[in-house]
Amino acid sequence: MSARELTMSKAMVEAIATEMRTDEDVFVMGEDVADYEGIFYSTTGLREEFGYDRVMDVPISETAFIGAGLGAAMEGMRPVVELMFVDFFGVAMDQIYNNMAKTAYMSGGNVPVPMTLMTAVGGTYNDAAQHSQTLYGTFAHLPGMKVVVPSTAADAKGLMHNAIRDDDPVVYMFHKRLMGLGWMPAPEGPKTAVPEEDYTIPFGSADVKREGADVTVVTLGLHVHRALEAAAELEGETDVEVVDLRSLVPLDTETVLESVRKTGRLVVVDEDYRSFGVTGEITARVAEAALDDLEGVRRVALPDVPIPYARPLEDAVIPGTDDVVAAIRAVEP
Amino acid sequence: MPTERQLRRLFEWMVTARYYEERLQEEYLEGKQPAFDISAGPIPGELHLAAGHEASAAGVVAHLRETDTVTAPHRPHHVAIAKGVDLKRMTAEIFGRETGLSGGKGGHMHLYDPSVHFACSGIIAQGVPPAVGAAMVAKKRNTDDVAVAFLGEGAIDQGAFLESLNLASVRDLPVVFVVEDNDWAISMPKERITDVSDGSRRGEGHDIPHDRVDRDDAVAVFEAAREAVGRARDDNGPTVLEVQVHRRMGHFMGDAEAYRPEADVEAATMRDSIERMADALAAAGVGEGERAAIRDDARKRVDEAIAWAKDQPEPDPEAATEDVFVNPPSGVTDTDPTVGGGETR
Repeated sequence: MSARELTMSKAMVEAIATEMRTDEDVFVMGEDVADYEGIFYSTTGLREEFGYDRVMDVPISETAFIGAGLGAAMEGMRPVVELMFVDFFGVAMDQIYNNMAKTAYMSGGNVPVPMTLMTAVGGTYNDAAQHSQTLYGTFAHLPGMKVVVPSTAADAKGLMHNAIRDDDPVVYMFHKRLMGLGWMPAPEGPKTAVPEEDYTIPFGSADVKREGADVTVVTLGLHVHRALEAAAELEGETDVEVVDLRSLVPLDTETVLESVRKTGRLVVVDEDYRSFGVTGEITARVAEAALDDLEGVRRVALPDVPIPYARPLEDAVIPGTDDVVAAIRAVEP
Repeated sequence: MPTERQLRRLFEWMVTARYYEERLQEEYLEGKQPAFDISAGPIPGELHLAAGHEASAAGVVAHLRETDTVTAPHRPHHVAIAKGVDLKRMTAEIFGRETGLSGGKGGHMHLYDPSVHFACSGIIAQGVPPAVGAAMVAKKRNTDDVAVAFLGEGAIDQGAFLESLNLASVRDLPVVFVVEDNDWAISMPKERITDVSDGSRRGEGHDIPHDRVDRDDAVAVFEAAREAVGRARDDNGPTVLEVQVHRRMGHFMGDAEAYRPEADVEAATMRDSIERMADALAAAGVGEGERAAIRDDARKRVDEAIAWAKDQPEPDPEAATEDVFVNPPSGVTDTDPTVGGGETR
């Protein structure tokens, strides 16, 4: 396959555009997706190619347009609906939690909901408590939504193809810091070689982004890159394996277990709140299935506080590379 | 005016719905005596009956076809019957049986029959945005299908409804919002929830044409809906239509309605839309014998559906974990997971 380097946003858009070319039923709807082309570059170029009928700007009414997306999906179309910041889910929680996620089940499987809800997540740029959350656990908790979180351009494209083709609701959570925005520099890493052909990445296939023998770091999104940085920093001292979950629902427990059985030590790194979230869930699954292999566990996550604004305060709560390094050192004998 | 054939059909739907609900009430209360236990008896859970609402469903749905989408709220049976939802499978669903519309996973507030584009859901105004979405699809696919969202007057203060009005208006979508005003939002009378007695005027702020039928008269509803549905079908945008109906059986079965003046209950039972409809039929020359025959047929159909439903097996407990997703959890493909960035660094 031929490949060239793309930013994560360009890889996402490429997948959406390809799906729109091949399937008339795919359309995009959200705030500022047409003329603005997506605040986070998630729809750049789409309006120009497909026009206003298939790339629809909508009023600031998340309940109405997410619910309308659901209605369109129930009629057999395949909407890609953008919730601009995941934090805004609060104004449309009923349509997401009670309607989109439950329709397939409540209909006994007779009414599929082939809808992609894509949304920007994450902090690190001082946007404070209402624009910086990831809310991974909030979406992964309630049954009925597949939840995917890409960390690289190559993953972003394959996961988006799979999301749009899937007949179930998929919540596609992209981290703002990884998108390659002109106004929010991305770290090294998310910009990768991306094959020009279409391909899909099945959900529930975690990816070992770095092999190692001593400690397993399980993470997702932006923190895949922070974990890789930590691993590089510890080279020569500790041999770190980094597992990128790529999807939370379904969760690839097997890849995590395989790694822990090898290393015996688990560090779970999450940009979401510490309690009742990803770190607790991963730890519980490993404890249930591989307790005998487990010699040490550490969790690195946001303390249970709203995300503060000022730089030193935000830096204090969002796990940094140094926090990951410290946790890896702490989990060692 | 509706044709004689249309009048007969309205009457048939209305008497079917009324008898259906009377029978459901009987079945529901069986096993809940002497002490009312909501989880006991052949129909568990809540049951919200729509007796007194029949005129709105009949008058509106008479203008719809199978491919038009209808969403209904938690009080859905009269709408479902008019829309042509399979009566046996709907009844089996209400009884929580394996052959119910959803295999017993939905119950009476969550009835889905995609073959006739019908869905209902349990949260106030929740079905309104999806109806707007269905109207969007009709417009995108360039069909002349329409969507109708039924809601109660207690739902007109929900953001989901108000946001939907705006979205439907700005996009000129073929949708009709039908507000069934039964005067009561559980225990709250309409005058205590809004200063605007005509709920259809919620459309004004969005430049949406609106109308109110101030009596539960299926023929009057039919005439008002002809215009509303016609406007949508001709691609002239949405309409809000409010219909005065009556609540004859409490908010839910078991609701003692201690908050409701007796005179209000009496008034609701006196102004019966079905008797009004019978008079309209008589005026059109359909005699008493023919009207009785329509009633008998409806009863027979309902009794058969209930008998069939009660005879159906209960769901296998193992089915409880099925249908969360329709595709495999991994999505739709089995592409090699290492393609596209899976390589180990």
